[in-house]
Amino acid sequence: MSMLSEKPAMAGRLLAYVDALSEGVAQEMERDPSVFLFGLDVDDHKAIQGSTRGLVQRFGPNRVFGTPLSEDAMTGVAIGAAMAGMRPIHVHIRMDFLMLCMNQLVNIAAKAHYMFGGAVSVPMVVRCMIGKSWGQGAQHSQGLHSLFMHIPGLKVVAPSNAYDAKGLMAAAIRDNNPVVFVEHRLLYFTDAYVPEESYTVELGKARVTAPGTDITLVGVSNMVMECLRARELLAQVGISAEVVDLVSLQPLDSDTVLASASKTGKLLMVDNAWTMCGASAEVLARVAESEEGAGVRMARMGFAPTTCPMSPELEKVFYPNAATIAAKAHSMLRPGSDWMPDEKAAQLSYQMTFRGPF
Amino acid sequence: MKDTSDTRRLFRQLLRIRLIEERVAAIYPSDKIKSPIHLSIGQEAISVAVCDVLQPQDIIAVSYRGHAGYLAKGGDLKGMIAEMYGKPAGCAFGKGGSMHLVSAEAGVMGASAVVGTHIPLAAGQALAAKLRGEDKVIVCFFGDGATEEGCFAETLNFAALHKLPLFFVCENNGYAIHSPLKKRWANLDICARVRAYGVPAVRTETSDVTVMRAAAEAAVAAIRDGEGPQFLEAVTYRWLEHVGPNEDYAAGYRSRDEMEPWENEDPVARLAAVMDAAWVEKTRAEIAAEIDEAVEFAEQSPIHQQEDLYRHVYAQ
Repeated sequence: MSMLSEKPAMAGRLLAYVDALSEGVAQEMERDPSVFLFGLDVDDHKAIQGSTRGLVQRFGPNRVFGTPLSEDAMTGVAIGAAMAGMRPIHVHIRMDFLMLCMNQLVNIAAKAHYMFGGAVSVPMVVRCMIGKSWGQGAQHSQGLHSLFMHIPGLKVVAPSNAYDAKGLMAAAIRDNNPVVFVEHRLLYFTDAYVPEESYTVELGKARVTAPGTDITLVGVSNMVMECLRARELLAQVGISAEVVDLVSLQPLDSDTVLASASKTGKLLMVDNAWTMCGASAEVLARVAESEEGAGVRMARMGFAPTTCPMSPELEKVFYPNAATIAAKAHSMLRPGSDWMPDEKAAQLSYQMTFRGPF
Repeated sequence: MKDTSDTRRLFRQLLRIRLIEERVAAIYPSDKIKSPIHLSIGQEAISVAVCDVLQPQDIIAVSYRGHAGYLAKGGDLKGMIAEMYGKPAGCAFGKGGSMHLVSAEAGVMGASAVVGTHIPLAAGQALAAKLRGEDKVIVCFFGDGATEEGCFAETLNFAALHKLPLFFVCENNGYAIHSPLKKRWANLDICARVRAYGVPAVRTETSDVTVMRAAAEAAVAAIRDGEGPQFLEAVTYRWLEHVGPNEDYAAGYRSRDEMEPWENEDPVARLAAVMDAAWVEKTRAEIAAEIDEAVEFAEQSPIHQQEDLYRHVYAQ
């Protein structure tokens, strides 16, 4: 914990994830006049839960504008504008709504550069947010990143902290390919040390967020936070967990995962999504297929294989959490002992703040 | 119609596209073209009329039935034939085929094989032109089937809302593959439906290229004047099967009687009849030589190396 919350040597100030998103966009809009941002309600008083706050005032309604509720065509408009040399950012307040964009994203955006033999490229960012809690329920909570990871031509990133949110935003905007930018609602008000100046976080690089020796916990998006909390709980019983944040899902840096897992010998991947055909399946398969991964004991966790329920009692068991992750990790290391973290300790782990840069 | 420099230009384009399509159809049984082909024979005049009023900086978006648009806008013939042969010298590096013709130089947006998907893309091009203050008109050609896709309605609304410099051209050939309009449309008046979105709409029901040209000229002028998107419904007829080089009147879904009025009014034949015969023959010979050269180019052009498979997955 202390290691993570220490102020680093690099310049920066504490900034919330939500503000890091808008700052990342604003700096790129300042830098490059071809960047514009649009989507339903990006310019209203709520500003996509704060993440587009101030942009229309600063850059005007030609570069920041709301759209009709026409996700399919608006995705096509973004692609067409990107083909014409613009760098659009298309914003969706929930990831679930990307299902309305699938035809354009999968059949055009992902393929245009290839099927036109390099004659065009599609530099665009699709911002979308995974919801959680307060009854988000069936259609406002889905982590659908693996659908996009499956398609050659798309890139997918999922920042877990404010530092990555800003740096990945800049990198995604500058990338010459369509990038699905996966945000998480519960991360919006987490903060990290974020440099004021513009910087990029490389797509395709995972990061060891917290070191350890006994087991590797790999997290995606908000599950990185749950893994860090689980790491604290495990430390209380003498287990040292290393936490790896995938950061980027496509390209996927399995080398960093592999290096950690072959060191610890145990790998528990926790996805912010279902496990069936998911990112966790891909990561474990890559480790299993590698020479260095031989002998690594592996397991994964994710959403329960159900639709997300509204009921708070049911929602609690739908998601992995610090306690269930810690218990699972414990069972992998000490099979046969039926350990669960102390309920109070588990609750306390949610009081901790995790501050980057990670 | 008379033999003027205007009609000669239009005729030459029409004849060229017709002869190219006929050559493609003739080559097809040889299996040298391993790509589905959706020929535009019978529908060429729409592309010719519209592209004749465009400027080089203007951009067109076409569908998988896009040979005529690609050629009328100035897409390279060698690049088109080589593309159908799947050669790296093709306009899409041999990775797209007949359904994905593209030409950045000539202003042809890459064609899509999923019906209607290129309509919002054209709006995106138009939005980019508007945001950058460019004098550019974007034309989107699509069939009657594409108007049934949700993104068509969404794009009409968005284009009207933002007064985009976008010309919607519906080539209404009466069939979505094999399904006729009356099985698909409760209201056959597509122009009325389009006008309800605030987009002016005009219908032509002729194969006369000069009539369509006049309609296109008025629409494009309005767009250049900043009046926002315009719509043209050009009623037409597809002479051959949906995909492939043959007629399909024996299939039972339509009768050859339906096609005959269009054949009788064929603009290629009608214009040829009023042109100087010697000029027509000379033109025909020039085009044939150009096609010979393009086919030879495609046939002689090298095939792909296996490592080309992995090129262009991501842009650098």
